[in-house]
Amino acid sequence: MYAFEMERPQTIADAVAALKDEDAQALGGGQTLIPTLKQRLAMPSKLVSLHGIAQMKGVCTDDDGRICIGGATTHQQVSESAGDYPALAWLASRIGDPAVRNRGTIGGSLANNDPSACYPAAALGSGAVIVTDNREIAADDYFQGMFTTALNEGEIITEVKFPVPSHAAYMKFIQPASRFPLVAVFVAKFDDGVRVAITGASEEGVFRWGEAESALSGNFAPEAVDGLSVDPSGMIGDLHGTKEYRAHLVGVMTKRAVKAAAAGETGVSSAH
Amino acid sequence: MPKDSGIGASPKRREDVRFLTGRGQYTDDININGQLYVHFLRSDMAHATINGIDTSEAEGMPGVVRVFTGADFEGVGSIPCGWQVTDRHGEPMQEPAHPVLAQGKVRHVGDPIAAVVAETYAQARDAAEALVPDLEELPAVIDMKDAVKDGTTKVHDDLTSNLCYDWGFVEENRDAVAKAMDEAAHVTTLELVNNRLVANPMEPRVAVGDYNPGTDDHTLYTTSQNPHVIRLLMGAFVLGIPEHKLRVVAPDVGGGFGTKIFHYAEEAFVTFAAKQIGRPVKWTASRSEAFMSDAHGRDHVTKIELALDAENNFTAIRTETYANMGAYLSTFAPSVPTWLHGTLMAGNYKTPLIYVNVKAVFTNTVPVDAYRGAGRPEATFQLERVIDKAARELGVDPLALRRQNFITEFPYATPVAVEYDTGDYEATLSKLEEIADISGFEARRRESEAKGKWRGLGMNCYIEACGIAPSALVGQLGARAGLYESATVRVNATGGLSVMTGSHSHGQGHETSFAQVVADMIGIDDGMVEIVHGDTSKVPMGMGTYGSRSLAVGGSAIVRATEKIIAKAKKIAAHLMEASEGDIELKDGQFTVAGTDKSVAWGDVTLAAYVPHNYPLEEIEPGLEETAFYDPANFTYPSGAYACEVEVDPETGHVTIERFAAADDFGNVVNPMIVEGQVHGGLAQGIGQALLENCSYDEDGQLISASYMDYAMPRADDVPMFDVDHSCQTPCTHNPLGVKGCGEAGAIGSPPAVVNAVIDALQSGGKNVMHIDMPLSPNRVWAAMQGA
Ligand SMILES: Cc1cc2nc3c(=O)[nH]c(=O)nc-3n(C[C@H](O)[C@H](O)[C@H](O)COP(=O)(O)OP(=O)(O)OC[C@H]3O[C@@H](n4cnc5c(N)ncnc54)[C@H](O)[C@@H]3O)c2cc1C
Repeated sequence: MYAFEMERPQTIADAVAALKDEDAQALGGGQTLIPTLKQRLAMPSKLVSLHGIAQMKGVCTDDDGRICIGGATTHQQVSESAGDYPALAWLASRIGDPAVRNRGTIGGSLANNDPSACYPAAALGSGAVIVTDNREIAADDYFQGMFTTALNEGEIITEVKFPVPSHAAYMKFIQPASRFPLVAVFVAKFDDGVRVAITGASEEGVFRWGEAESALSGNFAPEAVDGLSVDPSGMIGDLHGTKEYRAHLVGVMTKRAVKAAAAGETGVSSAH
Repeated sequence: MPKDSGIGASPKRREDVRFLTGRGQYTDDININGQLYVHFLRSDMAHATINGIDTSEAEGMPGVVRVFTGADFEGVGSIPCGWQVTDRHGEPMQEPAHPVLAQGKVRHVGDPIAAVVAETYAQARDAAEALVPDLEELPAVIDMKDAVKDGTTKVHDDLTSNLCYDWGFVEENRDAVAKAMDEAAHVTTLELVNNRLVANPMEPRVAVGDYNPGTDDHTLYTTSQNPHVIRLLMGAFVLGIPEHKLRVVAPDVGGGFGTKIFHYAEEAFVTFAAKQIGRPVKWTASRSEAFMSDAHGRDHVTKIELALDAENNFTAIRTETYANMGAYLSTFAPSVPTWLHGTLMAGNYKTPLIYVNVKAVFTNTVPVDAYRGAGRPEATFQLERVIDKAARELGVDPLALRRQNFITEFPYATPVAVEYDTGDYEATLSKLEEIADISGFEARRRESEAKGKWRGLGMNCYIEACGIAPSALVGQLGARAGLYESATVRVNATGGLSVMTGSHSHGQGHETSFAQVVADMIGIDDGMVEIVHGDTSKVPMGMGTYGSRSLAVGGSAIVRATEKIIAKAKKIAAHLMEASEGDIELKDGQFTVAGTDKSVAWGDVTLAAYVPHNYPLEEIEPGLEETAFYDPANFTYPSGAYACEVEVDPETGHVTIERFAAADDFGNVVNPMIVEGQVHGGLAQGIGQALLENCSYDEDGQLISASYMDYAMPRADDVPMFDVDHSCQTPCTHNPLGVKGCGEAGAIGSPPAVVNAVIDALQSGGKNVMHIDMPLSPNRVWAAMQGA
């Protein structure tokens, strides 16, 4: 780590003001940022902890029935308090280990937009709205490729609003070392159609599998995905999975997610 | 009734009280007044010429005390290798120099180029970033078969090639084995990789050097499995410090698995720098440094052929192995693919002719050395895999094929130079069939099928050579050390004992089990015996802990020293009771005179030894302290049979281990609970190798599995509840405890069982797959299924 200043604002306004300094950076749960600092891969002059901002914490339901999660809410809290959206609560309960879940936040995960992270699949798959200190961004506009989002410098995620589908499931096939998704699929069935979001697989980060969405909107059953496939050429190929293998898993995991969702289950992880 | 103390009892591990309550004293807990910190600048290139290093900016940075480069170590010795292998043609292996800090060239990612010593760790690290090395990249030598081709870039310019040695064993059998292969009714051939591993003990390596100019005494605190060996190697070969001026302390050590046997450059550095600077110097490895500087394990590429006659009797085995040495020769590296591997190639079977060829190769990778099992897992894996493959090719039951070829008479001299003293391979295999519920397998297979999973059963036997080793024998084989062990038993006036042992404990529970042995011999409570280890100033001599040798060799030394104590105590007791020495018996801590009701207690005798008012001073000296050195007559040969049941997901290739059973013959067992724990840990590591772990370099020599994000360690939920049994016991015939060693068995015996099981599952699913290289990741299993 390099030396840095630390601020702990109590309000969103103070946090935004503190982040105006050059090289200042927001600190959520630190589960991504702290390891990065330890390896000296980042050199912020100041960290602005969002931990003390009460406004940014907690889970509630708005008038439209959406589950609204404060940007600084931990994965653990979501797993305990988002029971009205069981697939989302289940997803949160499977991120990392208890130490990670007790610190890591939804805002940090979405801001980071790791191509293998879980929350981006839920946000995109649910058609969530990302609320920042100055605007609302539809998930479809928010994710812009690996580690890239619509956020501006110093902009912070204060809340995320999730419409609740009638059926949804998250299917997580883990990368054996990190236990992040090697490929994971979030499927959500709304009255007006089905959304399928894939994480871990693509070089472009989380994406919606349009072909599968159309097929499933007509027939919400695993067979609807038969014969459909994603192009391996755009997939990630690495030590843990070739492009072809990831493309294959996209199909398998989508079917399993549909099967689980249709059966009223919330998700399955390939780790115990 | 299970015993509650002494040999055969399972008292909880006394050392765990301090470990589990945070009272352990690890090397990183040691901080000496005035201590400085060192940070090493490590190469980020696999192979490069060092044209120079600009240290000027770093030297001027806050807190920096001194910057060292390779030039500071000219005239200092090379990190030595402890074993010289002689090749097929009678020539010694090629042995390159291994400087403490790189000189002229860097040879692997992680090779230390320079070291900054500063007041704080952060200052040292800041300054290391300001060092400007001028490196000129050279082609990296990574693939072993490419490395030995003519005209390939050399890792060491002063050697004739990248071939360390080309070893043939038994060389005289070469032609006879070839003939047997030609004449065989059937030959099964298997090519396989024994994957490279990183040991990953929970505690990374740490070293603290201290020097007292007033006395000229050096002290090194280090995370070592064998402090005396480090004292000898570093003192005599690298820094020229005589043993009496160098104390090496290995306090609590958080796991070793082999990788803390070896003498490392960082140990020599802190010892050297502490004297140069006149202040203590500390180094604590980060996990990232551990990945690129701890010796790696395994990394063999092998072709094995098994010849059978028309009745399916094994007639010959031939192997050809490329063994990676990495960039330098680590302490025991040359011995691992040779004497710890070739000598085990007979396994549990009476194969009359065996020829093992090993080509040890230098590459631009981290040095490779012993890792839990060391050579024996590589031997077991190829043998037990090729037997399974042969059974499949011949359409015979794999266990029947093994049974038919079992060695059944002991002692048995193998064609690969070792003599098994005892064993009963049928007993452990039958026990395995019982505890693994083999007869229930078909029903379980159908249950899995109903869930859409393919279930497979894999079994194998294993044998290992432990209790390393007779000094005279290993001397002939090229060891530059003796492999005895020492013990001093010091009895205090009030009857308690301190036992100083050269065996180091870093997770094995010696402090508990060694105390059980001594207490049992005297008939006193275990709590009266304290085990002292890990400090060259306290223990007379020690060759350390590896090769499952601690109880077999170190424990035997303790027995010998305790026998001397008892003999002397009996003399004192005879004097106290005015009886003849030959009539004295010791039982339950009481000395009695045979045929009388006279007795004196252990404590009366020990008090008399130190308060010799009424004492046979004309016959014996006061005091009660004895030392013994024990040099074993042979290796010990633990053996057993393992069974693994897996489920394979046909759509993803994901493997889960559903059941695992292990039936081991460890000879006599001192603490069954500790033995089971050792087997559990070994199984987790073996399963880790089989399914998860893989140390991977790209073609440029970058270590791409350099953190836990990419290097998959087994977690608790990757393994099932284990069914283990050690009730089959054929005691070792040549050590006083009849023990064989249990530390490595799990890691040796389990990988073939896992792979055999996965192959069985795929076959049952209609996929004609004969082999998949470890680790059997979902991607690899799925890929093997495609087109099969
Ligand atoms: C061992 C381990 C296992 C893990 N496993 C998983 C897994 O299975 N699935 C998964 O999805 N993730 C996993 N993670 C990542 C984890 O979910 C992190 O918590 C998450 O990615 C980052 O959240 P954070 O709150 O910790 O953010 P930080 O690390 O604090 O910050 C990450 C980035 O986001 C920025 N940031 C933080 N909060 C905000 C905000 N409110 N608005 C704008 N920018 C912000 C920071 O400036 C930084 O750039 C794992 C992490 C670890 C250490």
